[in-house]
Amino acid sequence: MIWLDTLVQGLMLGGLYALFAAGLSLVFGIMRLVNLAHGDLIVLGAYLILGIGTVTGLNPFVAALLALPVMFALGWLLQGALLNRVLGEDILPPLLVTFGLSVVVQNALLIGFSADSRKLPVGPIDAQSLPLGPVTVGVMPLLTLVSAVLVIVVLNQIFYRTALGRAFRATSDDPVTAQLMGIRPRSIFAMATGIALVVATIAALYLGARANFDPSIGPARLLYAFEAVIIGGLGSLWGTLAGGLVIGVAQAFGAALNPEWQVLVGHLAFVAVLLVRPRGLFPRAND
Amino acid sequence: MGGAMAILSLQNVSKSFGALKVTQEVSFDLAPGEALGIIGPNGAGKSTLFNLITGNLRPDQGAILLDGRDVTGETPMQRCASGIGRSFQIPQPFDHLSVYENLLVAARFGGRLTAAEAPAHCADILRRTGLAALADRKAGGLPLLNRKRLELARAMATRPRVILLDEIAGGLTEGECVELVATICDIHAQGTAIIWIEHVLHALTSVVSRLMVLNFGRMLMIGAPDAVMAAPEVREIYLGIEA
Repeated sequence: MIWLDTLVQGLMLGGLYALFAAGLSLVFGIMRLVNLAHGDLIVLGAYLILGIGTVTGLNPFVAALLALPVMFALGWLLQGALLNRVLGEDILPPLLVTFGLSVVVQNALLIGFSADSRKLPVGPIDAQSLPLGPVTVGVMPLLTLVSAVLVIVVLNQIFYRTALGRAFRATSDDPVTAQLMGIRPRSIFAMATGIALVVATIAALYLGARANFDPSIGPARLLYAFEAVIIGGLGSLWGTLAGGLVIGVAQAFGAALNPEWQVLVGHLAFVAVLLVRPRGLFPRAND
Repeated sequence: MGGAMAILSLQNVSKSFGALKVTQEVSFDLAPGEALGIIGPNGAGKSTLFNLITGNLRPDQGAILLDGRDVTGETPMQRCASGIGRSFQIPQPFDHLSVYENLLVAARFGGRLTAAEAPAHCADILRRTGLAALADRKAGGLPLLNRKRLELARAMATRPRVILLDEIAGGLTEGECVELVATICDIHAQGTAIIWIEHVLHALTSVVSRLMVLNFGRMLMIGAPDAVMAAPEVREIYLGIEA
């Protein structure tokens, strides 16, 4: 039964990684932009929730709701004012700019909040658990996984059932032709990054509630997110969820074998999947 | 030039890529509902002329007027919204979208239709272009004729008043070509103005009332198709490429 327990804990950890990765996957799928600041923007979201909670005295869940529109606006502005300028045939400029942004965000957080570790005070729910058949699961980890699945479902609905989603996909296929169909790729991209940061804020809530965070942990979150996206197959949102779960489960089993192996086994699983399926588990038909 | 009657007017439009003058002082007026054909050898600047009209390229000199309004500085999105639709020589559907979704995108954004209006508009076009049975197929997997039909259908979905067709009959069999010409005649009959670049002359002349000949970026001649095709300088160029 210990293996079943480890598997379930791993799946729930994987939900967190899928949340880290969903925004990255969305942005990459639409505009082929690898946002190296994605992890730092998640940490920024966690500090924003913390800040709103501290100032207003609200529970982090409510504070996160208030943070969502702020982060959407930030993403929209970031794309419109900065990232749209560097998108083009050459993939290097956006990489450099988002790498710089990563450094800027980390240092701004360091100035604003110091290097001290913080945690979101979610209250008694943090310690609550539910018996689920033969295993017992924490309420917060369960909420994390449920949120991850919901986020993927909602993103898929937007992607495949709305006019905005069709514009996302059309622009992703061919931005030049999309313009001739009356679509403004720049505003489409701004919407996409806005939505990506909304998802990042949800990830931030569970990140900050689960464990301590400080301004320097962004790049490691980016790495997990990146691995989840690659494992799943570039451009597939369900694949990204699967990728997050693979890393989560691998880490949980690694930790069960030896607590020092948690991170290592996650990375090994990533390498193993790439050896067998170089294009990920669910690659798009023709890329 | 640029008379009040013209829906589209080019005035002394020139464009160079480095030392290569791809479009040289091209001027013409297109009347509402008119069908104009453009012919000329490869490299004559025909597709460049379309790129200038759609706004994908900006002219070095000259002006482009839509309904007498100068749109030379407008983006492709703005010109699409103003009523210019285009089909590409090499079909460029959105591969990951279904045929129907390709039209919906064009109708919602370029055609400025609401979510309630767009489906009926798109269904009508699917029927007129013979694509109704393929509505839910992914555009990426279609064979050439259907890709060409989709190219035309998608341009129609943006509700253009001027539609630019770039070698849409090229590469089709005789039977396929006849079908496509019938669809183009149908579009024309509904009052949409057409500018059509084509090497398949008999397809072209069965629709257009005026023919323009481009050569080395210059407008060599424009006029009634019979007169243009009978002109010695045009015969010389065309014997060169059709021999």
